[in-house]
Amino acid sequence: MSALLEVSGLRVRFNDVAEAVRGVSVQVNKGETHCLVGESGCGKSVSALAVMGLLAKGGIRTADTLSFAGQDLRGLTESQMSRLRGDKMAMIFQEPMTSLNPAYTIGSQMAEVRVRHRGGSKREALDRAAALLGRVGITAPGMRLAQYPHQLSGGLRQRVMIAMALMCDPDLLIADEPTTALDVTVQAQILRLLMELQRELGLAILLITHDLGIVARMAHRVSVMYAGKVVESATAEALFAAPTHPYTNGLLDCVPTPGKVARGAELGSIPGSVPRIPLGFEGCGFRDRCRHATDACTRDIPTQSRIPGHDYACVLPSTWPAEHAR
Amino acid sequence: MSIRKIAATIGAVIVLGVAIMAVFAPWLVPHDPFAQDLNLRLVPPSFMEGGQADHFLGTDQLGRDYFSRLIYGARISMLIGVATVITSGLIGITLGMLGGFIGGRADMVVMFIITCRLSIPLILVALAVVSLIGSSLTVVVMTLGLLLWERFAVVTRTTVMQVRNLDYVSAAWAAGCSRTHILLREVLPNIVHHLVVVATLEMAIAILLEAALSFLGLGVPPPLPSWGLMISEAKDYMFFSPWVIMVPGVALFTLVLGINFLGDGLRDMLGATRDA
Amino acid sequence: MLVFLARRLVVALLVTLTVLTVSFALTRLSGDLAIAIAGPQATSADIEIIRKAYGLDRPVVIQFFDWVWSAARGDLGRSYLYHEPVANLIRDRLPVTLTLGITGLLIALCTAIPIGIIAAMKEGTLWDRGLMTISVIGQAMPSFWLGLLLIITFGLKLGWLPISGVDDWDGYVLPGIVLAFSAIPAMMRLTRSGMVDALASDYIRTARAKGLSRASIVLKHAARNAAMPVVAVAAVQLGFMLSGSIVIESVFALHGVGYLGWESISKNDFPVVQAVVLFLATIYIVLTLLSDLLNAFLDPRLRTS
Repeated sequence: MSALLEVSGLRVRFNDVAEAVRGVSVQVNKGETHCLVGESGCGKSVSALAVMGLLAKGGIRTADTLSFAGQDLRGLTESQMSRLRGDKMAMIFQEPMTSLNPAYTIGSQMAEVRVRHRGGSKREALDRAAALLGRVGITAPGMRLAQYPHQLSGGLRQRVMIAMALMCDPDLLIADEPTTALDVTVQAQILRLLMELQRELGLAILLITHDLGIVARMAHRVSVMYAGKVVESATAEALFAAPTHPYTNGLLDCVPTPGKVARGAELGSIPGSVPRIPLGFEGCGFRDRCRHATDACTRDIPTQSRIPGHDYACVLPSTWPAEHAR
Repeated sequence: MSIRKIAATIGAVIVLGVAIMAVFAPWLVPHDPFAQDLNLRLVPPSFMEGGQADHFLGTDQLGRDYFSRLIYGARISMLIGVATVITSGLIGITLGMLGGFIGGRADMVVMFIITCRLSIPLILVALAVVSLIGSSLTVVVMTLGLLLWERFAVVTRTTVMQVRNLDYVSAAWAAGCSRTHILLREVLPNIVHHLVVVATLEMAIAILLEAALSFLGLGVPPPLPSWGLMISEAKDYMFFSPWVIMVPGVALFTLVLGINFLGDGLRDMLGATRDA
Repeated sequence: MLVFLARRLVVALLVTLTVLTVSFALTRLSGDLAIAIAGPQATSADIEIIRKAYGLDRPVVIQFFDWVWSAARGDLGRSYLYHEPVANLIRDRLPVTLTLGITGLLIALCTAIPIGIIAAMKEGTLWDRGLMTISVIGQAMPSFWLGLLLIITFGLKLGWLPISGVDDWDGYVLPGIVLAFSAIPAMMRLTRSGMVDALASDYIRTARAKGLSRASIVLKHAARNAAMPVVAVAAVQLGFMLSGSIVIESVFALHGVGYLGWESISKNDFPVVQAVVLFLATIYIVLTLLSDLLNAFLDPRLRTS
């Protein structure tokens, strides 16, 4: 069974200055949540935007494979892409406060998606919008339709964004850090909502986040990104049970787990900071911060398999974490 | 070079050229700009048919050499421009400083004064003043200077408000500097670049306004060769002798364009924002 | 928002009061009005008669309050020249000035907004730079000169449009264009910068993610937000156009309020001068209030707070 979204060798560069994404491969299947996790600046958001064809001016995208539901996205014109967006592929963003147009009502902004892609009257679209608002847990949806974005709280606005994304029954939902800007309690509600919707509608979700806690809750599969590349990719269980790439290990070390870490022990951290990768860079982007770096790390890094379905990009053998006890 | 830079250079060249023309006018003119010769009225420019080599840009309706009048007109325009900018600048910057720096009640008063000034129909009032006091170069300069300060005031006020909260000003306060010192030595030097841009804009406005006033007969008095006045005198003849309105008009347009280009270039160079 | 409007109204009233004072003081600039009215040939006896007849012998303060009180009731004095109430003179000439102003504003909006939108969409390209340079050129044209040139070209050489007067609607075309010229550069720049900001905003990214058509994104979503400052400026620009129409009205021989003002200045018809200054200032004040109202109406954030 081929994946709904199939990406391999995705590269994005801006104005010939820097490569934000240096060969990313991701597959998302129907009914599955795939988390793309990494620190700020690792290129995860850019990858998502590139898939949707929403890169800012000056962004150039290339890929070996970029297909959605079997259709190759690379050759599509902007006009053709715009027919897919909002219809079969939907995206929600990080900042609910600014992602809605302040000059139009919620209802009109939601209805226009439906009318654009499926035709029909505005009345019908508004009815569907009201139903979806109810589905995402917004009370008095009829009243909300007539309101303006500034009259809603951040959590409500994000629910509106989700409902708006569902207006045309998309097969794929890309969520770029949807809860980062929200309070913790609201975060939990939004995440639970996404999980319910996935179960109900069979949605495929590509979830971008930097929060490993969210990954643990939501993900079926995980891809860890660093400096524009995917450094490890596995099912969620496999990743947390046996993190293989040094960066993944470092990340997990940073999050203290009750029971696993002794009281009074030092909090783990990764020395250094995320580098900017200049064009023509070869080898592993993590080598300056990695305790186990060797000469081999300046050359092409192979993608190894720990077990089938659990890949990582490092020269170290898959057994190394056991050999270097933490 | 980008279009911006080319334009700015052209602007600087034009302004400099006109300034030189204005300063060295008495030595540059081939004829006396006030000397009439009724036998040689409305002679076309030397490069058009019927023209004479003696009069490069022809003569006007009273036989005066147009080229000479043009050069002397540059004096008037530049004088008006510079003098008005200095006067209105002093008034506007002072008001803006008071409002922006002191704030509170003083600011409310300054804003009110600015609003009043904006409400007054500019040209009408300027015309009335000149008409009532009597038209002369001095009167025109004073009137324009007393009326055209609002942009200086607004920009000064806004930029002072931005600057007064910055750290180096706070440091000066903490070091015990006097209010005047802070205003003149800390704040002013850091808003000067915005004001330079405003000055170029105001200069262009003043020149155009004087031309309009002189065109309506209530600006610089004849026989002074203000370009606006020349256009006005020429409009009775414009159907048959079009160059009489083309020459001063093109001159005005070129000078103002040059000032605008220069101002834009200065704004890019000094990093000032439009209207701060 | 009501509080905000109330405050604006109070300020507007105070400004009007100030303008009343200024217009009054203006006509007293030449010193003794009676002498100015009487003319150079008058004897001192004539001057005394005139002084009494026009109430110029009363204390200045009384004259001022008389002026304020009458103006508040709509009585703007009597013209020395026409021997008619000034209010009537203004009323008769107002349609011309208003039509001219609105024509100019419409031409300006229809030119500046599309060009500004195009420049923003092509931001940074040669198109953008070129259009902005043209706007600078527009600012440098002396309006009266442009008017004369247009008259020569379109009125005389081509014979398309009338040279002067407003017998028919086409008499407003050329003066409207000249009037628009002064407003277009600023409006063009404002539209452009508003659009550039709007196009870079998060909600436009959302609109693109929703797969909306380009037309819908630019015209419906971006332009709506960019329009707000332009509309506010438009009302104020109209105010400037109306109070500055005097030059254009004289070039094209249009008998509007501005022309009346100029006429009365050159003929020392002081009550008219005073009244026209007040009238034009009041229009400007009303228009700025209107612009604030429009702003509040267009920006839902201001409306419901």
